[in-house]
Amino acid sequence: MDNFFQFFIDNRDFIYLIILSIFLGIEVISNVPAILHTPLMSGANAIHGVVIIGAIIVMGHADSNNTLAMILGFIAVLLGTLNVVGGFVVTDRMLEMFKKKDKK
Amino acid sequence: MNLLSQIGILELSYVVASVTFILGLKMLSNPKTARKGNLIAAFGMGLAILTTILFHRDPDTGEHIKNIGWIIGALLIGTVGGAWVSRIVKMTAMPQMVSFFNGMGGATAALIGMIEFNKLALHGVEGSLLNGHVLVMVLGVFIGSVSFAGSMIAYGKLEGKIKDKALPFQHTINLIMLVVILGLGAFIMLQDAPDMNLFFVLMGLSLVYGVFFVLPIGGADMPVVISLLNSFTGLAAAMGGFLYNNMAMLTGGILVGSAGTILTILMCKAMNRSLLNVVIGSFGGSAKGGSGTSSESGGTYRETNPSDTAIMCAYANQVMIVPGYGLAVAQAQHTCHEFEKMLSNRGVNVIYGIHPVAGRMPGHMNVLLAEADVPYDKLIEADDANPMLANTDVVLVIGANDVVNPAAKDDPSSPIFGMPIIDAEKAKQVIVFKRSMRPGYAGIENRLFFNSNTGMLFGDAKDSLEKLISELKNM
Repeated sequence: MDNFFQFFIDNRDFIYLIILSIFLGIEVISNVPAILHTPLMSGANAIHGVVIIGAIIVMGHADSNNTLAMILGFIAVLLGTLNVVGGFVVTDRMLEMFKKKDKK
Repeated sequence: MNLLSQIGILELSYVVASVTFILGLKMLSNPKTARKGNLIAAFGMGLAILTTILFHRDPDTGEHIKNIGWIIGALLIGTVGGAWVSRIVKMTAMPQMVSFFNGMGGATAALIGMIEFNKLALHGVEGSLLNGHVLVMVLGVFIGSVSFAGSMIAYGKLEGKIKDKALPFQHTINLIMLVVILGLGAFIMLQDAPDMNLFFVLMGLSLVYGVFFVLPIGGADMPVVISLLNSFTGLAAAMGGFLYNNMAMLTGGILVGSAGTILTILMCKAMNRSLLNVVIGSFGGSAKGGSGTSSESGGTYRETNPSDTAIMCAYANQVMIVPGYGLAVAQAQHTCHEFEKMLSNRGVNVIYGIHPVAGRMPGHMNVLLAEADVPYDKLIEADDANPMLANTDVVLVIGANDVVNPAAKDDPSSPIFGMPIIDAEKAKQVIVFKRSMRPGYAGIENRLFFNSNTGMLFGDAKDSLEKLISELKNM
């Protein structure tokens, strides 16, 4: 039990952050109309591409003699970039359609 | 620049990035601001990537980011490849594209966990492995691998390359696998030293689990599955945030995890199904039974021709077009808009009845018709369209099937029973544009086609619409 309390006390700020972020995520999109479900999903898809930062960190501190880490790190940065760039571009292309009609 | 200001800029940029993610999601939920929201989030992401490369330091050694050449190389290839693929992909293939990119994110998260654990295995650890640090690696690899494998299967299904398949007792097998994977995760953490081989087994099992998780789910439910896997990847990204004590990854990941989960539930609601129902996949299972019995009671249908249809529409007061996936496949949105304009010019009031899940994804039809410059106010959502049907002379069902199937209202044995539909049969006349009498995506027979006020216009949606246009011109 003490371990648990120690863990809780050590990570209190994180726990608050997580709880508040969860509620924020729910709140932020709760009024979305059905027509925007697909673009919103695509946009959220691009945002979790933030995992790219982890890939850069892991690659940036990899020992260049460690071939496995170098190869996996390179792939991680590459795939993460695909997620970010592809995600945002696809979302933009979908939303481009909406914008055209706003002008008219 | 001194150390303090470098770290300060880095952390500040993460705050900015987190705010842009929140703002971006918020703006993405409103049609007016959506595009800007996407750009804002993209800006935040770019900023965070740039400052990470410039200012990140290893917390133990204080070293700057190394291997810059490799990183920039991967970034460049990824940017060019990602931008190119997403530029050339057809609008109809957007759903699987999202799934593909989602899988990439999942794979990234899994690889990060993998490499970090490999580091531990090489350098050894003091004390027990039973700590938060190892836990987030295990979870990152597990969730990331499931998301990657699942997204690839979803991609394959939407491309039509992978069929719905289920092993006998699939759900029991999946449950057992899940328990085994979680047990293995715990076992890894209880070892005295990090065991890389066990970690490879963990990754392998998670990949197989991802495949098994998505494989039995019906192709029509893929949008929901992609949305769910999307939130999984968000969680996997958040695990990376814990690993590196990185606030941008943490807030971005959790935000997508929770928003993605809610979005998944909203999508299920639009189809009047529960998430559990989708995941357990009763759809695919009972659909086979449903089509078997109802196809026998098919009855006769009436075939019509373009000339009759064109006359009918030209002298109607109100025409409602109900588009579906067939319209998307035939790329008929521009032709459809042209036909609609010609009718409007003759004084016919033409509107579109948009079912929220018509096509392969929620909102698919809106995107498609918007591409063809159909005015926004002509797109009527199902709830508002239904009361208008009584005053509608002709409903043109173009390449849609399940979303106008009356079985959803009155046949409790039907797999789509309870799903809200566009009640096309309430209109005076119904014309169904279809290539053949084959049942739709859910594999269910549609009684609407056999009604006395329904005419079937067979052929490719685009060809049929072109014929209608030329008939109108000759009138």
